[in-house]
Amino acid sequence: MAMSFEWPWQYRFPPFFTLQPNVDTRQKQLAAWCSLVLSFCRLHKQSSMTVMEAQESPLFNNVKLQRSKGHLFLLPDSSLKYLWRKAEGRQQTEGKLPVESIQIVLEELRKKGNLEWLDKSKSSFLIMWRRPEEWGKLIYQWVSRSGQNNSVFTLYELTNGEDTEDEEFHGLDEATLLRALQALQQEHKAEIITVSDGRGVKFF
Amino acid sequence: MDRFVWTSGLLEINETLVIQQRGVRIYDGEEKIKFDAGTLLLSTHRLIWRDQKNHECCMAILLSQIVFIEEQAAGIGKSAKIVVHLHPAPPNKEPGPFQSSKNSYIKLSFKEHGQIEFYRRLSEEMTQRRWENMPVSQSLQTNRGPQPGRIRAVGIVGIERKLEEKRKETDKNISEAFEDLSKLMIKAKEMVELSKSIANKIKDKQGDITEDETIRFKSYLLSMGIANPVTRETYGSGTQYHMQLAKQLAGILQVPLEERGGIMSLTEVYCLVNRARGMEVSEKGSLTSEEFAKLVGMSVLLAKERLLLAEKMGHLCRDDSVEGLRFYPNLFMTQS
Repeated sequence: MAMSFEWPWQYRFPPFFTLQPNVDTRQKQLAAWCSLVLSFCRLHKQSSMTVMEAQESPLFNNVKLQRSKGHLFLLPDSSLKYLWRKAEGRQQTEGKLPVESIQIVLEELRKKGNLEWLDKSKSSFLIMWRRPEEWGKLIYQWVSRSGQNNSVFTLYELTNGEDTEDEEFHGLDEATLLRALQALQQEHKAEIITVSDGRGVKFF
Repeated sequence: MDRFVWTSGLLEINETLVIQQRGVRIYDGEEKIKFDAGTLLLSTHRLIWRDQKNHECCMAILLSQIVFIEEQAAGIGKSAKIVVHLHPAPPNKEPGPFQSSKNSYIKLSFKEHGQIEFYRRLSEEMTQRRWENMPVSQSLQTNRGPQPGRIRAVGIVGIERKLEEKRKETDKNISEAFEDLSKLMIKAKEMVELSKSIANKIKDKQGDITEDETIRFKSYLLSMGIANPVTRETYGSGTQYHMQLAKQLAGILQVPLEERGGIMSLTEVYCLVNRARGMEVSEKGSLTSEEFAKLVGMSVLLAKERLLLAEKMGHLCRDDSVEGLRFYPNLFMTQS
C-alpha cells in the first residue's frame, strides 16, 4: 500500500509518535503531522477517511520503528576501542500515535481548512491536500484563461473532461470540487446550478 | 609515586570498603619498586595499599586524584595490571613514600589474579564519584587535584553553590552526552561488524580480505580521529604508545580539567576526547532516566528531573511507549 511514498525523517523518529508536552516542540510536531497526512492522502488519492481507518493506516503506525537501545562497554586496550552490544536481538518496535493524539492532528487540519467532518459524531472526514479556496482559485484561473466566463459546465466536465486533462484539478473528487465551487460562489465568481442529470456550475 | 601518602589504613566515617585484593605489586611508571607484595583496598574515597609482610607500611591515594585508568591484560609470565594515571600532587600534600617522581602514572600488578573484578569496581567508583556526596574529615579533603581560581565553598551556601554549578554543567553536558553516545554507538557497531567479518575470513581462510574492506577499516579509524592507526605493533612497546596517547590526551584535557576544578569522571573524559578527535554525527540515540543517571553519576530521581528540565527548555523531546519513557535530542527544533 505504501507504494513509492517517501516517509519524512520524523516518521522514523520515535518521539514523533508521542504528543510532546513542550508547546514549541508540539507546534513543530503537529505541523509535521499535518504535512505528512496531506502528502500521504494526496499520493494515495484518498479524499476521505474514517477515524478507524486512520488508526489502522500506516500513516499513524510505523510498524518498523527502531528504538535505539544498547549497552555501552568501555574496553580500553592500547587504542581505546569501544563496543556496543544490543540488549536483546533487533530493537524493532512499533510507533503508534494514540487515537487522542490522532484527533488532535485532525483538529489542526480542520483549523487550517484542509479537513471537514462528514458527520456529527466525527467518525469520518474529508481530507483536502489543497484548501477549497485554493482549488477554487485554480479552477477560476483556468476558466478565465480559456475565455470561458459565462459558460456552464457539469461537474463531471470540469474534473473529467478532455479540456481539463492538463489541469491540476483534473480528477478531483466531487466533494472537494463542490466545496471549491462553493468558495467561488461566496465570491460571486460562480453559481452552482442544477443540470439535467446532476449538478453544474456557471462561471461569471 | 609521589602522590601516595602514609595512612593508618583505617577507614573514615562515611568511607566504605568496596573491594580488596591480595598479592598486588606497585610500579612507579614502568619501574619496579620495593612495594612488591601488598593488599590493595578500594574504598569509596581512596585506593589503599598495605604491605603484606609489614602491616605498618600502609599508603593511599584519593580517588579524586585519578585522571583515568586502563587495563593491561596478562601475558606470558606477566600478571594482569591496572594502569592508573594521576593528577600532579598538590603542594600541601601529606608525607608519603616518595618525595618526587618523574612519572604521572602507577601500575598495579595483580599477581594473585582479581584484576578484572577490581578494575570493574574501580571504574564504577570513578563513575559514581561517591566521595563527592559523602564528605569525610578535613585531612582527606585537602588532597584534591589542582583547582585554579576556584572558591573553596563551605557550609550550606557552599553546597548550594556547588550544586548549582554542577546543575549548569550537567545541562550543558546533556545534549553533548547524547551526541557523543550515539556517534560512538553507530560507529562502533559498524566497526564491530567489519571486524567480525575480517576476523572470520582470517579464521576460516575464506578468501582474501578485500582491498575494499581494508580501506573501509582504515576510514573508520580515520573518522575516529586515528589518522595513523596506532597499535602496539606500530609503536613497539606499550610504554611508547602510552606516552604518545597520554601526550595527546593531556593536550585535549588540560583546559577542560582546569575548568572543572581538576576533576572529571571517566565518562566525561571519554566524551571530550572523542569530540576533540572529531567524530561525525550520523544518528542520535536516546536515554532513559536510569541510563542518564549512570552516565553522569547521579541518582535516578535527580536524573529524571534534569531530563524533564531539559525537555521544558526545548533541548530534548520524549518518546513514551510500552518500552518506557525515553528522551531524545529535540530534532523537531534542530532539523529542517
